[in-house]
Amino acid sequence: MTTATLPVLTKKDFQTDQEIRWCPGCGDYAILAAVQAVFPDLGIKRENFVVVSGIGCSSRFPYYMNTFGFHTIHGRAPAVATGIKAIRPDLEVWVATGDGDALSIGGNHTIHMLRRNVGLKVLLFNNRIYGLTKGQYSPTSEIGKKAKSTPYGSLDRPFNPISLAIGAEATFVARSVDVFQSHLKDTLKHAAAHKGSAFVEILQNCNIFNDGAWTGITEKDARSEHVIQLEHGKPLVFGKNRDKGIRRKSDGDIEVIQLGNGITESDLVIHDAHHPRPSYAFLLSHMEHREGFPTPIGVLRAWDDLPRYEDVINQQIRDVQAKRGTGDLAKLLRGGDTWRVEAR
Amino acid sequence: MKAGYSYCEATEAFQISYEIPPAQLEPGLYRNMSGNQALALGFVTASQKSGLKLFQGSYPITPASDILHELSQYKDFGVITFQAEDEIAAITSSIGAAYAGALAITTTSGPGMALKTEALGLAVAVEIPLVICDIQRGGPSTGLPTKTEQADLLQALFGRNSEAPIPIIAPATPSDCFWAAVEASRIAVKYMVPVIILSDGYLANGAEPWRIPDLDSIPDFKVKFATDPVDFKPYRRNPDTLARPWAVPGTPGLEHRIGGLEKQDVTGNINYEPLNHENMVRIRAAKVEAIVQDIPDIVPAGDPDGDLLIVAWGSTHGAITAAVKAQRELGHRIGHAHLRNLNPLPANLGEVLKRYKTVLVPELNMGQLLWVLRAKYLVNAIGLNKIQGRPFKQSELEQKIAELVS
Repeated sequence: MTTATLPVLTKKDFQTDQEIRWCPGCGDYAILAAVQAVFPDLGIKRENFVVVSGIGCSSRFPYYMNTFGFHTIHGRAPAVATGIKAIRPDLEVWVATGDGDALSIGGNHTIHMLRRNVGLKVLLFNNRIYGLTKGQYSPTSEIGKKAKSTPYGSLDRPFNPISLAIGAEATFVARSVDVFQSHLKDTLKHAAAHKGSAFVEILQNCNIFNDGAWTGITEKDARSEHVIQLEHGKPLVFGKNRDKGIRRKSDGDIEVIQLGNGITESDLVIHDAHHPRPSYAFLLSHMEHREGFPTPIGVLRAWDDLPRYEDVINQQIRDVQAKRGTGDLAKLLRGGDTWRVEAR
Repeated sequence: MKAGYSYCEATEAFQISYEIPPAQLEPGLYRNMSGNQALALGFVTASQKSGLKLFQGSYPITPASDILHELSQYKDFGVITFQAEDEIAAITSSIGAAYAGALAITTTSGPGMALKTEALGLAVAVEIPLVICDIQRGGPSTGLPTKTEQADLLQALFGRNSEAPIPIIAPATPSDCFWAAVEASRIAVKYMVPVIILSDGYLANGAEPWRIPDLDSIPDFKVKFATDPVDFKPYRRNPDTLARPWAVPGTPGLEHRIGGLEKQDVTGNINYEPLNHENMVRIRAAKVEAIVQDIPDIVPAGDPDGDLLIVAWGSTHGAITAAVKAQRELGHRIGHAHLRNLNPLPANLGEVLKRYKTVLVPELNMGQLLWVLRAKYLVNAIGLNKIQGRPFKQSELEQKIAELVS
């Protein structure tokens, strides 16, 4: 909530004096920079921010943010954050997590947080590897990934974090990239504006243990050809010359088509981030796995018509109190059948 | 019931009848209460006495589920109950609630306790108040969910990685569960420490008359959160309790980070230096030891010295009390020290143990308090161990007592 006396905050207000332990060249620096650029303009007092993390390079994040911060245990940040929100629905709680923290050990808490629509902003730094423990494969690593624990190649089919979040019926799902600074800041602002759970996957490069995981997307020419930037209300167009698009097929599926020869932008799918049903967003989330399709970035889904979990918890309490009053402890202790023992 | 009585009386169906005089109870207003119900009422009371909102994060598990059921009814008292997705979310959500300034509790049984161990370590490392109820049942593993046992003591004392001491309170009767909940809450917020309550299935489902206390007779323990930003340090300690300040998010000027990594005292900055780590381990241990100042000396029931001292804890209280009474009537000098505080132990326990020829530790486990007493006090204590999912019978205890005093 803003007040008339809100001091003007700057990036410096959100920086700490702690020595940053990320490797030089780590994508996390870029994410930190984006968050520190966005927080001052959200109209929220600095003391009302809480950054909660699990374990991983991602989860060192709170130490570098000059807000309240809680570095918890592997995978459990969403559960801790749910407890914080239940007691203090007014606080602005962000969760920093990674592909291992959120999707491996923390998978269960991730899906339940999303299902409940707890008002948290979740930043999942996906570098397709376990960086802090020095190079094991992760639930988002590709099949065949040769890593410390899979010298003959991983056999696991990876999760798509976006698809999983949509499957858990997250009300806000977005993706950005560490090196797309301006797009990342924009995406963070959209997440901040969302009332319920906001799930943001950030493609991040671990230059030490998995360098180049995303060059297919981040290389100069790759961005225009292999990425589609989603914008609500705009047609799904991509390509260096904006000459390719996504069109609906009669069976409900989508296809990539070349514009021209009578095919124009009006034939394309118009991105609807606010669709109440998640299936459209799920269809989009699968594009990157399909031959010839681009990887979607931006806001896939932003449907804010579901109350936040912390609000319904506290509303239920208020409703009961409205009906039954605010509880008389002496009466409660005397509840049930009582009898009196007299002095002899 | 009256119809049955009148029928039998009229038809003279019974040759022998028994008249039971009223029990000798202190005057007052009474109600029947089970152990689990007593815990629930105790926590609501603690919430009011501390001025804190009560938050329970729990997962259904026999025989603890009733505590969640009971507390979920008290929304008029502002109690938030959260049935989490699993045992770990149950405790971690409670940790989050405590971090945000609630009186936070989590309730479970042995298997759930096992799942919570990593999070318990986190609570120890970040030094926040939390109350964890382990309603013990037969184990190991799934074990005997509906049968009683008291075999989680060593788990409560040591079941974390590394050195992570946690205070332990063990109620002795169903109504004692009420007082255990209040005391555990008080200790948790005073020392900024997680506290374990060890109850069991027998106490949880057993019931007894409870003399309803006058609420005014229960002391307040209103909590004051940190507010002064001038030279605020998240781990600067109270010299008497070694507790760090409770600085909740949303407080201007107190922005700081806490976490499970080892930290420097006072500043809370991450620190791996060798001497710092040893210092912090010793401080966390000293903080738990400091609780002894709030624990009354143990005064054995029965004889203050003599042939035999029975040292026990938890639900064995009733059977032991009856057995000791019967054996003392035969002229034996027997004391019964029933420990409510298992960590730290009462300051005078070592001295008390020396006053008797023999020390007997009857337990519904393989000898866990026995292990602790022998190690800590170098006393040649003997165990009486029953692990059948059933409480002791008075006769079993009397048989062992008789054997030891002859």
